[in-house]
Amino acid sequence: MKTTRRALFPILLTAVAVVLAGAACKKQSGDAIRVGEFASLTGKEATFGVSSHEGTLLAIEELNAAGGVLGKKLELITEDDLSKAGEPATVVNKLIARDGVVAILGEVASSRSLEAAPICQQNKIPMISPSSTNPKVTETGDYIFRVCFIDPFQGTVMANFAAKTLKAKKVAIFTDVKSDYSKGLAKYFKEGFAKSGGQIATELDFNGGDKDFKAQLTAIKSSNPDAVFVPGYYTDVALICIQAKQLGLNVPFFGGDGWESDQLVNIGQSAVEGHYFSTHYAPDVATDKSKKFVADYQKRFNGKLPDAMAALGYDSAMILADAMKRAGTTDGPKVRDALAATKDYAGVTGNTTINEKRDATKSAVILQVKEGKFKFVETINP
Amino acid sequence: MHWGAKRWLLASVAVAFAVSYFSEHFNRYYLGIAVDVGISVILAVSLNLINGYTGQFSLGHAGFMAVGGFTAAKVTLELSKTLPPAAAPALFVVAMLVGGLVAALAGLAVGLPSLRLRGDYLAIVTLGFGEIIRVVFQTSETFGAATGLTGIPKFTTLFWAWSVAALAVYVVASLVNSTYGRGFICVHDDEVAASAMGISPTRYKVTAFVAGAFFAGIAGALYAHHKQVLKPDGFDFMKSIDIVVMVILGGMGRTAGVIAAAVLLTILPEALRGFADYRMIIYALLIIGLMMARPQGLFTWPLWGKSARE
Amino acid sequence: MDWLQQLINGLALGSIYALIALGYTMVYGVLRFINFAHSDVLMLGAFAAFFLAPGMEKLFPAQSYLGAFLVLVLAAAICAAIGMLIELLAYRPLRNRPKLTVLITAIGVSLFIEFTCQHKAVFGAATRPFPKLIPERSFNFGGVIVGSHDLLVPAVTAVLLAVLWFIVQRTKTGTAMRAVSFNHQAAALMGVNINRIISFTFGLGSALAAVAGVLYAMKAPGIEPLMGIQPGLRAFIAAVIGGIGNLPGAALGGLLLGLLETFAGGIPGLSNYRDGIAFAILILILLFRPAGLLGKAQAEKV
Repeated sequence: MKTTRRALFPILLTAVAVVLAGAACKKQSGDAIRVGEFASLTGKEATFGVSSHEGTLLAIEELNAAGGVLGKKLELITEDDLSKAGEPATVVNKLIARDGVVAILGEVASSRSLEAAPICQQNKIPMISPSSTNPKVTETGDYIFRVCFIDPFQGTVMANFAAKTLKAKKVAIFTDVKSDYSKGLAKYFKEGFAKSGGQIATELDFNGGDKDFKAQLTAIKSSNPDAVFVPGYYTDVALICIQAKQLGLNVPFFGGDGWESDQLVNIGQSAVEGHYFSTHYAPDVATDKSKKFVADYQKRFNGKLPDAMAALGYDSAMILADAMKRAGTTDGPKVRDALAATKDYAGVTGNTTINEKRDATKSAVILQVKEGKFKFVETINP
Repeated sequence: MHWGAKRWLLASVAVAFAVSYFSEHFNRYYLGIAVDVGISVILAVSLNLINGYTGQFSLGHAGFMAVGGFTAAKVTLELSKTLPPAAAPALFVVAMLVGGLVAALAGLAVGLPSLRLRGDYLAIVTLGFGEIIRVVFQTSETFGAATGLTGIPKFTTLFWAWSVAALAVYVVASLVNSTYGRGFICVHDDEVAASAMGISPTRYKVTAFVAGAFFAGIAGALYAHHKQVLKPDGFDFMKSIDIVVMVILGGMGRTAGVIAAAVLLTILPEALRGFADYRMIIYALLIIGLMMARPQGLFTWPLWGKSARE
Repeated sequence: MDWLQQLINGLALGSIYALIALGYTMVYGVLRFINFAHSDVLMLGAFAAFFLAPGMEKLFPAQSYLGAFLVLVLAAAICAAIGMLIELLAYRPLRNRPKLTVLITAIGVSLFIEFTCQHKAVFGAATRPFPKLIPERSFNFGGVIVGSHDLLVPAVTAVLLAVLWFIVQRTKTGTAMRAVSFNHQAAALMGVNINRIISFTFGLGSALAAVAGVLYAMKAPGIEPLMGIQPGLRAFIAAVIGGIGNLPGAALGGLLLGLLETFAGGIPGLSNYRDGIAFAILILILLFRPAGLLGKAQAEKV
């Protein structure tokens, strides 16, 4: 059976080669502190990955300019996970096993964070996600942290906002069926809104990346909602608002932190005027720290305004450095303990305290789009 | 030394076991890639049966992988709550088999309606089935909807990945090289002539789909227990196309070539990591270049003494 | 009354699918292969218009019809050139190879364009706002809202379909195209310059894709390098539903798909299956009519 023999031969050969290569490889060490980052730099969610990477990069560069951490420079090793499932596991394995990083920063998408988390946990490497909001991420283990609030909190925030501030009795929910962030937020909103005595007018779905929403918006319009909750990303939300306006659906729209980007206004223009969303910090009640961050970011990245992902990426790196300084070492378990003890860290995205579930206890702010800018409406404390 | 196929199979399994046994000494990253290679081989070889040998242009193979993966993961997640940890290997085998069988059923469901279709129409319909499967998992709360399944125990080791790969190769190659198996190639060459000779194209096409889907399902189960997280949109038509490229690059219908192509295409993106920014651009150019330079496949050598087909 | 609004929505969506499908079906008709890169030419057309628009504003008053028309024509011309270039570099060398080889090459070309455009030195992955080329107006007919865009797209599609029909059926080039689609070698023997006709077909198809891209961007003014994948796939399904290689079939398939997708999308329980619905329709239609709605079943010669 020549074919089969020839068939099995390449497997064995490659297998031996790969394994030998691996066995011979030692972890490199040097004078720098190696920090790993994995993000979606290409592919479907590249916009968000690139943003968070830029924030992280800015932080590392600033830290190094100020002398580094514990007397050593930080070396950021970034890997692209192509926005693809299956990649984070490979990439994080590489960062830990081959590049010898002491900590991992990433990812924006909860599903990709969930893929990497078990690996970081098993290897006792602290992992900080900048903006994954699914509760399950930190439930993976005690080495996994995040610097943002989680979906249950944000969903409740928006439910209360809808009931109390918008005085909406019937709300239509329009979810991105492909995004677990969107689905999660919608679920918690529904629960919170029902508790406040509200009614759901109707629930419809769209596919993130779709450009035509008129079919669903027509149905939403017929259900006569007082307001429409769209827990999606700004790329879709802007288009949704435009088409809603075209269809004459003139009720308030509101959503979560996925809305935050100046592109929301650039693309949506007059259609997003007057709508609301929750996020981590308000540019007009900005602290000195966040103003400086915005200015530095614009200088570094050709006048681009940072969005929430960039700000969170920045904070995740800064909080990691802060924890290392407090721990006095880059040793995994000690850094982990220091991270868990983070209290009242004054970040760009607000005052951050890591709670016992390793999530960030942070206030949310609600912003409104007014005259093309985001105006502060109210703060909700946890 | 003229070894029979069975001996090669046993040798492969033995090597897989040995390497796996000493796996703690090896670098995790390379081990992970080696497992990925094993899974890719199973996928490529199983698709090769459908596309290469039987000539049915299927673009929905990722769908079968999804069915197998999600089913197996669900079985593990449900049963591991009640069973002791010592039962893990047995649980894994059961989960894999269940995944494979359900995937085989999916293969039957896809293969039967597709019988009347040829060439490009068949391609688009199989692509459609793959997408429908993905959408079903994406909306099903049982399988986690958009989040998918998480916390799947890490049962896949190098041993499992490679032994199953060797087994898949053995089964597919034996099947095709048998007297019964000649029927696949016969159906590929000329369906009308085949049925005139008493070889039922329906039976062979359906068999190809079912067998191919079975192994794709097992590959999916291995994948699920390797990455520990399963998300529906990881099984879209881009994934199907990844597998199709392996089969075509390997020279449709050459098991050895297909395996080599699977190995190459799994390792290549990793090898290109040094080029970061340009990695995927280079990958795309390589596909184009390879098709132009050697379209009969990279690793082809004469089959039965004849010059390479097409 | 809802259904009337959905009808308008569906026709507008379907016209875009039809326009894109025309390009797919034309290339398939002549070359018998699926040009995966078609959806990326759509994206390039939108980006071409994006970069041309500011320049046009300097010459003409903002949002003038003439300016918009010129942007459209220029974008179409640029994409026609790009399409012909792709054909020359990637497909012509493989002219006599099996169809599968060309298919994989097409996939490679598509990936190449997408990844290159995502690179920060080219367009970058971020979504960009598409400028308003013409003023938009909404007309309210007793609760049913019809936008100026909803009227424009079907109109443009109808005009282009008519032009295409005229070219294919009544001109010498069109006859040559039809000859090539029946049999390459016979056409060559009859004195048809195969290379020139195929180039022309690609150019024409790409120009159509560019127009579709601009119209699509006008409807959903956020453009990014991967924007063509979704509509491209739907349009391809539409082309197959109508019978691939058949021009009126592509238009019919596009409209049908747009309508069915819209009506299903407005139903709360079904909206989350929207992706799968298009394919389900396809499979159902192909089960009963394996060559598509208007396609001719090819009898197999023994």
